Amino acid sequence: MLRLEARRHDSTLMALVSPLIATALTLVAGSILFSLLGHSPGRALYTFFIAPLSDLYGWTELGVKVAPLMLCAAGLNMCYQAKVWNIGAEGQLVIGALAGGYVGLMFPDTQTHWMLVPVLGFGILGGMAWAGLAAWLKTRFNTNEILTTIMMNYIALYGLLYAVHGPLKDPNGYNFPESAQFSEFVTLPVLFPDYRINISILFGLFALAASWIVLNRTLPGFQMRVLGQDQSAAAFAGFNQNRIVWSVMLVSGGLAGLAGICEVAGSIGQLVPQISPGYGYTAIIVVFLGRMSPIGIFFASILLGITYLGGEMVQMNFNLPKSITGLFQGMLLFFLLASDILIHYRILPANRASRVHS
Amino acid sequence: MKISFSSLLCFILLSSAGAFAEPLKVGFVYLSPAQDAGWTYAHEKARLYVEKELGDKIQTTFIENVNEGSDAERVIHKLASSGYSLIFTTSFGFMNPTFKVAQRFKNIKFEHATGYKTASNMGVYNARPYQGRYLTGLIAGKMTRTNVVGYIATFPIPEVIRGINAFTKGLKETNPDAVVKVVWISSWYDPAKERVAAETLILQGADILSTHADSPTTVQTAEAKGVYAFGYHSDMSKYGKHAQLTAVVHNWGQLYLNEVKSVLNNTWKPENLWYGLKEGVTQLSAFNKAVPKEVQDLVNTRKEQIIKGEKRVFDGPVYNQAGELVVKKDNTISDSDLLTMNWYIQGIEGTLPGH
Repeated sequence: MLRLEARRHDSTLMALVSPLIATALTLVAGSILFSLLGHSPGRALYTFFIAPLSDLYGWTELGVKVAPLMLCAAGLNMCYQAKVWNIGAEGQLVIGALAGGYVGLMFPDTQTHWMLVPVLGFGILGGMAWAGLAAWLKTRFNTNEILTTIMMNYIALYGLLYAVHGPLKDPNGYNFPESAQFSEFVTLPVLFPDYRINISILFGLFALAASWIVLNRTLPGFQMRVLGQDQSAAAFAGFNQNRIVWSVMLVSGGLAGLAGICEVAGSIGQLVPQISPGYGYTAIIVVFLGRMSPIGIFFASILLGITYLGGEMVQMNFNLPKSITGLFQGMLLFFLLASDILIHYRILPANRASRVHS
Repeated sequence: MKISFSSLLCFILLSSAGAFAEPLKVGFVYLSPAQDAGWTYAHEKARLYVEKELGDKIQTTFIENVNEGSDAERVIHKLASSGYSLIFTTSFGFMNPTFKVAQRFKNIKFEHATGYKTASNMGVYNARPYQGRYLTGLIAGKMTRTNVVGYIATFPIPEVIRGINAFTKGLKETNPDAVVKVVWISSWYDPAKERVAAETLILQGADILSTHADSPTTVQTAEAKGVYAFGYHSDMSKYGKHAQLTAVVHNWGQLYLNEVKSVLNNTWKPENLWYGLKEGVTQLSAFNKAVPKEVQDLVNTRKEQIIKGEKRVFDGPVYNQAGELVVKKDNTISDSDLLTMNWYIQGIEGTLPGH
């Protein structure tokens, strides 16, 4: 049999090769899966990965899909670098959408695009406030932020439901739970006419770039990483732990809030009960899939975005249920994360003595 | 010049003739997975029915579990740009996304379920399940022993409120002493919450349950606890052979077939269809044998009266919860008031959320 042995140093070769191994395994397993279902594996895999990007509309929709993922993941990555386990991006996104959307709905007669500034501003502030609550609970009462942020996700969702069923319901909407549609002055400018992609993708890319600079080139970023790697070392160095917790939570909350207001003021155009198909949770996968680096997060969000678009294409062209495309996405993620083990470990036959040198 | 023009004409004629030989592509967008019961399943059944009826004249597909946020517009757009000429979007939250895509693809026909927006290439359609609810209310009134009937509700929108009111109207007609207890679960599909709600209602004395949620959980829970229930959306008797007295079901098959045929014949036009018992879109599934013969007869009589137009569900007198007479005798509630209904009639316990 085989056994695993820890490498003394992470293998740089494997860091490059493991994604290729994962891709190969996914293609093999996907081929088997689609053949068993009676479909041509080549066509199915083409539909999954290539067809979504075969026209400009596909590319722009990829941008629509990854913008909120990038915004949420950029913030979550900072939290996770400092080992602050913020699971609440989903709720922060919803509150951001609600706060910014509220401002947009309060001034329906505004005739200037400057209205977007307070709308986006309140979106960011809403997300920051929601994350700030969890930061306060953690720094003041030492509560576990995993629990508080998860619970606050539900509260945020019910807050949104209350708003669209109650005070923010469209008065001319036959009592359906939706707000009125935003005026064109509260709608994010699109990058190309006739396509939905808007400036939120620029926010997402900017957030990733900025988070890279902060983490790698600034003192606060260094402090975050030290706190994450060794809490007592951070204390010895005199870093203010509470201030770091507050910073990462506020930044990630603000970015998630921005993602939320960009969804409703962008491609959706009104407040609805379902703003996010779980972007805040998917962003957690994106962070770890991207190996907690902003560059990795960029590629991971694109990969996940493609699998979502590809899943829709496969459903449409092959009449396959959503569960099959979900299964395939799950396999892809599993192989990617599982192959990472080769970076830190080597595989040896069980009976062979381990080598002293790595 | 003349020759080239006529050859061009020939080419267009030929290629359009070729296009007619192609099957009509019909797309369906579903909110939830097309499982074996529930709202989406009823649409999926109708899709398969249309496919069976029209064979190779059409080709259909569906995309299920589509989020009502920003994903919906992309999915509808994708169908429209992939040669689908008729697209059914089967959830209220798809209304604005459908409308936006319809503005962009003027030569493609869109049919949206349960909404209110129409366009030159977008029609809406809906069922009148509240008529079936009224009939099940009649049964509940006759069969409850505790005089408490439970109702699992989803969101306080007119569609759901109309159903609770119609059910209560029927219940009060056969049993003025009975009351309806409502639990709101704030979800269209959540088996765990549905089960807890059903158990709560049974603990509060309900011996018959009715539900607006999507899964067969309520019927299953009733079966396990030995009480009765009404299925909804589709026949759920296989989940509760003893428990399900009957189910209020949607039968979209004929409506979909008509729409597809009208597109094939180039006679399609945008309409606002609201079909019920009369058109067969709303139906009751087979009665459980526990329903006594005279109750079945009463239900069938009322059903015939509604179908013939001699009776409407909300014929007066109708009182609201405060006991005020809202609809006088010999009056009824208009369709437009039904579409915005946001108040409870007398006989329902508790207050409507948000009121």
